[in-house]
Amino acid sequence: MGIPVFRFAPWQPPILPDVECAAPPSWRWSPSLLAAAGTAMAMLLFVLVGPLVWQQDPSQQWLSQVSSGPTSGIYARVVGPIPAKGTGNLSRLTVIESNTERVHLAWPEVVSVERFRLYRAKQHQSGKGLPLWQGRDRSYTDELQLRRQIYRYTLVDADTGIMLFSTETRPEPAISVFEAQLQGLIPASAAVYPEYVRLPAHPLGTDALGRDILARLMAGGRSSLFVGIVAPLLFISFGAIFGGLAGYLGGKFDHFAMRSADFVVALPFLLFMILLRIAFGIGPGEDGILPLILAMLLLSWPSSARLIRGQVLALRSQPFIDSARLSGVTTWGIFRRHIFPNVLPVLMVAFSFAIPQAIFTEAFLSFIGMGVSPPSTSWGAMCNDGIKTLLSHPGQLLWPAAMISISVLAFNILGDALRDTADKRSGGVGQ
Amino acid sequence: MMIKFVLHRLLWGAITVWFIATATFFAMHAVPGDPLIQDKAMSPAVRAQLEARYGLDKPLSQQYFTFMGNMLSGDFGISFTQENRRVNDIIREHFPVSATLGIAAIAIALVGGVFAGSIAAHYRGQWPDKLVMFMVVAAISVPGFVIAGLAQLIIVRLNAAAESTVLPVAGWGGVNHVWVPALVLGLGTLAYLSRLSRAAMLEVLSSDYILAARARGISGISLFFRYQLRNALLPVVTELGPAVAAITTGGFVVELIFAIPGLGRYFVQAVQQLDYTVIMGTTVFYGAFLVVIVVLVDISYGLIDPRIRLSAGRS
Amino acid sequence: MREAKGIVTGKIASAVMLIVFAVVGIFPGLPAQASAVDLESKSITLALATEPPTLHSARATDTIASFVISHMMEGLLRYGENGELVGGVAERWQIDENGARFWLRENATWSDGQAVTAQDFVFAWQYALRPETASQYAFIFYPIKGARAVNEGLAPPDSLGVRAVSRTELYVEFAQPCPYFLSLTAFMSYMPLRQDVVEHWGRRYAADADKMLYNGPFTLTKWVHGAHLTLEKNPHYWDKSSLRISRIDMPYITADPGAQFNLFRDGQIALANLDTGLLDEAVKRGYDIQHFHSGSLFFLEFNFRAGRITANRSFRKAIQYLLDPAVLVNKVIGLPGVLPAYSLFPVTVRGQRQAFRQEYPVRRLRQDLAVARQYLDQAKRELGLEVFPPLMLLAGDSPRAVQEAEYYQYLLKRGLGLDLRIDQQVFKQRIEKMRRGDFDIVVAAWGPDYDDIMTFADLFASWNDNNRGRYSHPEYDRLVRFAQNSASASQRFAAMAVLQDLVVDDVPILPTYENAMLYVQHPQLKGVRRSVFGGDPNFRDAWIEP
Repeated sequence: MGIPVFRFAPWQPPILPDVECAAPPSWRWSPSLLAAAGTAMAMLLFVLVGPLVWQQDPSQQWLSQVSSGPTSGIYARVVGPIPAKGTGNLSRLTVIESNTERVHLAWPEVVSVERFRLYRAKQHQSGKGLPLWQGRDRSYTDELQLRRQIYRYTLVDADTGIMLFSTETRPEPAISVFEAQLQGLIPASAAVYPEYVRLPAHPLGTDALGRDILARLMAGGRSSLFVGIVAPLLFISFGAIFGGLAGYLGGKFDHFAMRSADFVVALPFLLFMILLRIAFGIGPGEDGILPLILAMLLLSWPSSARLIRGQVLALRSQPFIDSARLSGVTTWGIFRRHIFPNVLPVLMVAFSFAIPQAIFTEAFLSFIGMGVSPPSTSWGAMCNDGIKTLLSHPGQLLWPAAMISISVLAFNILGDALRDTADKRSGGVGQ
Repeated sequence: MMIKFVLHRLLWGAITVWFIATATFFAMHAVPGDPLIQDKAMSPAVRAQLEARYGLDKPLSQQYFTFMGNMLSGDFGISFTQENRRVNDIIREHFPVSATLGIAAIAIALVGGVFAGSIAAHYRGQWPDKLVMFMVVAAISVPGFVIAGLAQLIIVRLNAAAESTVLPVAGWGGVNHVWVPALVLGLGTLAYLSRLSRAAMLEVLSSDYILAARARGISGISLFFRYQLRNALLPVVTELGPAVAAITTGGFVVELIFAIPGLGRYFVQAVQQLDYTVIMGTTVFYGAFLVVIVVLVDISYGLIDPRIRLSAGRS
Repeated sequence: MREAKGIVTGKIASAVMLIVFAVVGIFPGLPAQASAVDLESKSITLALATEPPTLHSARATDTIASFVISHMMEGLLRYGENGELVGGVAERWQIDENGARFWLRENATWSDGQAVTAQDFVFAWQYALRPETASQYAFIFYPIKGARAVNEGLAPPDSLGVRAVSRTELYVEFAQPCPYFLSLTAFMSYMPLRQDVVEHWGRRYAADADKMLYNGPFTLTKWVHGAHLTLEKNPHYWDKSSLRISRIDMPYITADPGAQFNLFRDGQIALANLDTGLLDEAVKRGYDIQHFHSGSLFFLEFNFRAGRITANRSFRKAIQYLLDPAVLVNKVIGLPGVLPAYSLFPVTVRGQRQAFRQEYPVRRLRQDLAVARQYLDQAKRELGLEVFPPLMLLAGDSPRAVQEAEYYQYLLKRGLGLDLRIDQQVFKQRIEKMRRGDFDIVVAAWGPDYDDIMTFADLFASWNDNNRGRYSHPEYDRLVRFAQNSASASQRFAAMAVLQDLVVDDVPILPTYENAMLYVQHPQLKGVRRSVFGGDPNFRDAWIEP
């Protein structure tokens, strides 16, 4: 019963009937297990070793290329702060300067037109496009998120809506002097600067702040997988120790342990997750991962505690434990030599199913803006950033969503395979 | 025996609800921030008036006992942010929405899950089985908010292609508003139930009485409905209780994205705005709801399967 | 044994299935889907961003409530088709330095048929000022004589300087000259209230559609909380013949611009706001995109409390020379219509004859990395610091606020080597931290409350409680005092021009952008007034073109 009832609810343990595991089962390496383990390893390698290979700073913002698609390294013209001036007699809408920092347009006086309105459209788009500006001047400088593509500018009489002029231009790649100085491409105080500088490549494109998506996937994956692995590790260990002790000691301690587990299970999970997350608060400058893990630990331990308690209860009455006790093995020894190896497979299964749940919980909290805080990021936080631009730049949502899905899929299959191996019966549901 | 068991469970339920209420109360007051503060600065006289109105001028312990007293009489007070609305009204108006959505989600999950599970069991080991099982794992591996966002996108494309409103994109009020959010919400449960029913079906298929039925010449549809489906539904039905509870309390994302006025949305808003009374009302209500479901499930276990001993409870 | 169990389970299972189908089946059948505009019934459909927390005109504060209230209530004056002030309940009026006098129309009535009287205004204003009403907007009455004392509980409500001279004549006495008082009477807090109805419902007044009275062009006929509001033409409205829309249906409440856009694209709603991510899609579909300046100013506010590095002028200058609002607007925000801000006063602020910013253009600085670093070195020397400790940037949790904060963080790190720690807080916590001064820099915004330059100018006066950074500058205070007490418009605006320059020079705040709303509107829907004041958008004078 490894599949959770609800995608964000904590994993509920199977109510195992009689445990009859005298010896740890042997592992079978099925193809799906191999594939899943391979994928999980690949994910870990991607987030841990990836940054060594792809050495871009995940928080570096290339404002000259926000929300761009995949690019290879390009040369960009360095443009100064003062735009070119319009020239004297014009007969039509004229492009005076055209690069991705700005497109400077000027046009002649038109009889009986008081106010102009300027539209910008992509080349093959129908319609006039985006209304950029409205006013009485006879020139305009467009600086609004320009990309390397052909634009069509249309000038319209604002009062009557009659189309006056239209022109097309393809801006050349450019970077402002200020940004080039900021990025250290040219010295800050230099009065003269090179005409062109080279910009780095972005194989998956950039996000809305011009940050490299590939580098961010790696950095985000580190937080997501860190929470996804560390939180279950903590709450399963805690649950296992607590539950194991309860099962072995029995009596009042057992009663206390199980009643507290009952209480915690009764708390509405997500509601309390959000409440705890806010109650712990994140101070300025913290990435918010620690409170997240703490809240998960507080709310998720009971499932594994119950699971292990049941196992230990069943094991305690087994003859081989009795004989070990009679032959003078200490309690610690019994735990180490007999109980631990026997509950380990169950723990492994629980762990591998807890990972996807933890990844989801983190993603969900980051998605509603209560997860990690910037400049740290996570796949969930990236999804949150990306969902706004789903229509225009679907990659910004789909990449991190795919990363979440693939890792969760891998861990789910891994858990399934582990359980099938640990489980003697066929059927695949675990009981 | 039965009555004693039920009473025992109910008592525990009551204690659990008390625990939830207390834990929420103190967790909420531990959250930094001021529930009364507003965008614009207010004069001390106004502030004092507001504090007195909500009883915030009294010490915390006294506020706690006042709250407990009110809770016992079934009154959660008046919302901080929606100044004229009683929390009871908020719950009464918005919980049915969440519940309707939840029940529709369960219905979809149940029908779809049993159907998919039966197909998989019937073709055990063949490609339909593998396909269903892969889709099951895939379905629970995509975050809900991504599915919800994509589902909206698909509806928009669909409506644009059909040049009429086949399915509404968002909102609430009619039967057409329910299906897509319910499907998104129920997808995880659907996947889970299809695994469950597949396994149960497999067990049933290999049982003696199916062999006996076949020997008597019963086959096809009749065999499926009268013998296999009925028996395979047992484990599925016993899992419905927790699923209902989880789904009705967990529909935030779907409610947010599809603009559904459910209670979950109110809770998230309340936490963000530190609306003390609404936070308390919703958590206690949901906590009690969960507890009732768990007790009902426990009792129904006893009714359905005599092998489960009642006195032991479930822990 | 097993057989028997199977049958029992089967029955239970069938019963469960039956119940499930029954519940699913009894959903009310959907009436024909409402469409964005309907020419025949003259109705339009809209989506609201959030549910109005309250529709009690004396207590409401948010823009959604302001929008709904502006349709269902009418003040002494109201805004006309072109944003000019025209008579509402008042037929004519007189205003001078000491007070204002209003003559009410005879035929203005409440939705129960009774006449709107001067006493209804007196009651409403006194009611809003009582401390127990705890109205956030009580300060907007402060130009009236005695208002502050009433609000602070120092004087009884009936000492307020407003009198019903007769049933149809109202006299208001000013505390100080208030040239903008007429525009105040169109503000939602100034709407009339009927004493008997308000007292009958007590705290439940305006909690539901049937628990309030209307005197505006529309009445609220349906209010399903969190789901659905409907406004319908008020049969008792004195000017109902001029209305060309008879029904405004709002069956969707969603703050998600994506969902709103999908509804618009689907032909379900007549108006949808756009954000950056939706722009391309809207353009691709050939929609006519429009925008208007919402009049609100976004800025970085510095903390001037003792011991804060941000109290150092050279430090603030360094940031001023580093941060180019144009880059923020063009690259990060990326919405046409949003303007880079350089002045304390947005372009929508009125001057003497035209826009203030046209009469007194703001001085602009050219951002320069080298100059910024020089200023930072100077600050280091002045403060006697070797390295700057990390600074706290308090920011909101909306997607745009987070993006903006990340931009500042990166810019300060890269440009000046400063560590900026983002303290991202939900609304209440953020306001609380602002009040306590628990920040170095805060990303703040201010929307104008009334149509006068003073709504921005007095914000950073040392006595203003909304001056969260505790900025205190004698010259600033002097200029504000002068303008407040001056009856001469030209002197007033000249003082404000000096003030505008002072803000550039001393940097109490760093303006970043002036917000604008981008929206798409159904092509058949005409005459919708978008405006800074008087409830936005306004459909009073709108119509549907065939």
